[in-house]
Amino acid sequence: MSNTLPIIKFESVDKFYGNFQALKDITISVNAGERMVICGPSGSGKSTLIRCINGLENHNAGKLTVDGIEVFEGSKDIIRLRQEIGMVFQQFNLFPHLTVLENLTIGPIKVRKIPKSEAEIMARKYLERVHIPEQAEKYPAELSGGQQQRVAIARSLCMESKILLFDEPTSALDPEMINEVLDVMVELADTGMTMVCVTHEMGFARKVADTMVFMDEGKIIEVAPPEKFFSNPDSDRCREFLEQILEH
Amino acid sequence: MQKIRKKLHWLDFLILGCVIAFFTYVFVQMSGNLNYHWRWEKIPNYIFKYHNGRQEWFANLLLQGLIITVRVSIYATILALILGVVLGIARCSRNLVIRMLARTYLEFLRNIPPLVVIFIFYFFLAEQIIQAMNIESWSYKIAKMENNQIWEFFCGDMRRFPSLISGVIVLALFESAFVGEIVRAGIQSVDRGQGEAARSVGMSSFQEMRYIILPQAMKKIMPPMANQFITLIKDSSIISLISVQELTYKTAELVSSTHMIFEAWLTTAAFYFVICFGLSLLFTKLEGSK
Repeated sequence: MSNTLPIIKFESVDKFYGNFQALKDITISVNAGERMVICGPSGSGKSTLIRCINGLENHNAGKLTVDGIEVFEGSKDIIRLRQEIGMVFQQFNLFPHLTVLENLTIGPIKVRKIPKSEAEIMARKYLERVHIPEQAEKYPAELSGGQQQRVAIARSLCMESKILLFDEPTSALDPEMINEVLDVMVELADTGMTMVCVTHEMGFARKVADTMVFMDEGKIIEVAPPEKFFSNPDSDRCREFLEQILEH
Repeated sequence: MQKIRKKLHWLDFLILGCVIAFFTYVFVQMSGNLNYHWRWEKIPNYIFKYHNGRQEWFANLLLQGLIITVRVSIYATILALILGVVLGIARCSRNLVIRMLARTYLEFLRNIPPLVVIFIFYFFLAEQIIQAMNIESWSYKIAKMENNQIWEFFCGDMRRFPSLISGVIVLALFESAFVGEIVRAGIQSVDRGQGEAARSVGMSSFQEMRYIILPQAMKKIMPPMANQFITLIKDSSIISLISVQELTYKTAELVSSTHMIFEAWLTTAAFYFVICFGLSLLFTKLEGSK
């Protein structure tokens, strides 16, 4: 993948919450079509990192470029840029006052200005893709957690973005629903979409990741392809972490 | 009846007895010591009156006042709603200056007595707006026109239009602060993730507010907003002080010309009560049916 251009590029990025430094000198890049999985203990800054990419958090120092556009606080381009970046949240964040179909079409209709009929055809196509075409007319509250998260994935697909961000997409799910969501994510990975995924699902990571990243205390400790990452990581901290979560 | 009696304790009877005794005492005082002469039979005449010359019924003082109260309340509610939503959104703005301005306005209204606020708004704002927009001469022109029924239906006597407008403006400005607080609470009750999800599909802050936040906030806003509407109807009696001829003003007029102090004020109280309590029951019912 070394011949493709980086689509996301962090250069010495710092992020503070008051006195607390959440990100310390982050330098990393993601190529187009690359699938990156970020892991690390809670509070290590991985969610902050991923939320900086679409400007939900603003970094305080350094430079962040996404799809050739610089992301910074108060940027006028950020709204346009966000259309190219889909995001799936831990808590799904579906719009409870809209049906599943409306959840999927509101972005395309209001933001991309696509005619309603066209948007609905597209929405049904993506619902098919996440295996719940029959739920289109229901409200989010009527669905199970796993189904809701799959709707959320379909919602970001509907924007036909170039990049998909996953912020711990399975952490709020009951164990028996995790796989249905992971299966959908694996299928997506096979389509060649650029994916940045914060997760503790190491089985999934092994299956889809091109690059594994380990973060701790706001710093990137280890960046490696999965084969090396899981068998022979350079840092002790990373080895410890993996031992802890792979034991079970 | 049996059921009710079983639920009542002897203490309850004592309390009820005290209440009845108190009112009897007041009544005896009034008819005995004050030598007050009740003239209830005259009151209906001040609501509806038969015009002998024109051979038709017409609305007299009290009903005229009531109609204006209702009119002012409805228009002021609409205006207060618009201002309040703007204010509520401003209170949640990411821009510090906007947030501070909205907060200042709110604190100003919260910490100054309503009467003083009403006078300030009247002299500093409503009067100026009416003069600047030349509403006075415009409304007189309409009053002289022949086909002005539509205007009369919505605004009453067009010669009194400037006073109606200033009443509406003053009342709406006064209530908007409280409506704004209700809207703010509604907006802030919507989960933060909703805004993040809206932004991550590329919505602008306006679209986020319009399609995602406000529709969800509205559900939570409705019950307190209905209460605020009732409060506004009651508060509307204050604008009698800036000579808007609504129910309270008309009652004062009636009292000063006929000296039927108790009858007139009790009737007016009954009007307010029936409207406000009726609306309150209606809103509770609507809420329950949802």
